[in-house]
Amino acid sequence: MILLFYLAAMVAVISTLCVVLQSNIVHALIYLILSLLAVAVMFYVLGAPFAAVLEAIVYAGAIMVLFLFVIMMLNLGQSSREQENAWLAPRIWIAPVIMAAILLTQLINVMSQYDHALTPNTVGVLEVSALLFGPYVLAVELASILLLAGLVSAYHLAKK
Amino acid sequence: MQAIPTEHGLIVAGILFTLGLIGVLTRRNIVFVLMSLEIMLNASGLAFIVAGARWGHAEGQVMFIMILTLAAAEVAVGLGLIIQMYRRYHTVDLNVLNQMKG
Repeated sequence: MILLFYLAAMVAVISTLCVVLQSNIVHALIYLILSLLAVAVMFYVLGAPFAAVLEAIVYAGAIMVLFLFVIMMLNLGQSSREQENAWLAPRIWIAPVIMAAILLTQLINVMSQYDHALTPNTVGVLEVSALLFGPYVLAVELASILLLAGLVSAYHLAKK
Repeated sequence: MQAIPTEHGLIVAGILFTLGLIGVLTRRNIVFVLMSLEIMLNASGLAFIVAGARWGHAEGQVMFIMILTLAAAEVAVGLGLIIQMYRRYHTVDLNVLNQMKG
């Protein structure tokens, strides 16, 4: 079970690295779907099965498919791949990688001071639903208003 | 059950977040920038789930549901904007968006 966590973490990190380094858009999207499914496996090992299923269904299944629809609609073609390779010259990676490496070092430094291990007890749908209908019902209502706003603006922006 | 160190989960979330950050900073295609933003949002969701699992509360998953909702609304609006940009400029290069009106 614990080995599964580290395997899924490795798959997620490697496929995310492939997303950032790809030049073909559709390949990058498929790698991103793989990364999201690996993170869903990590959620399951951490004792959050509801979040794992939600990640697989909503994030990898709806949001990434929306991305695919729009990319197919834009119909970019083969010339975009050579253009993408031309844009990814090696020298543009230097400064962002250095700055991000400094940030990552600081993050790891801060997080390594935590020396408590977590025992993954399963927190199932019942506890999450009790919270969503109980103390956090206002957050659910606000999330629905946010989705309504997203719907109206997406309709309006995609019109001719 | 055996134990996973909390910091390992948080470090994985940090690595994923940093990879998304590199993608946002480096890429010139606007669709790739939006994908890298999704990577960052997913990494922060992972951090919330790890934190919720460490204390055994369900609030981590509740916060993850909120982040998921936010990401869905943001992707819808962002893709609508990409469609508008492509109709107007016929390219997905970010650098055509370098002027404000007036």
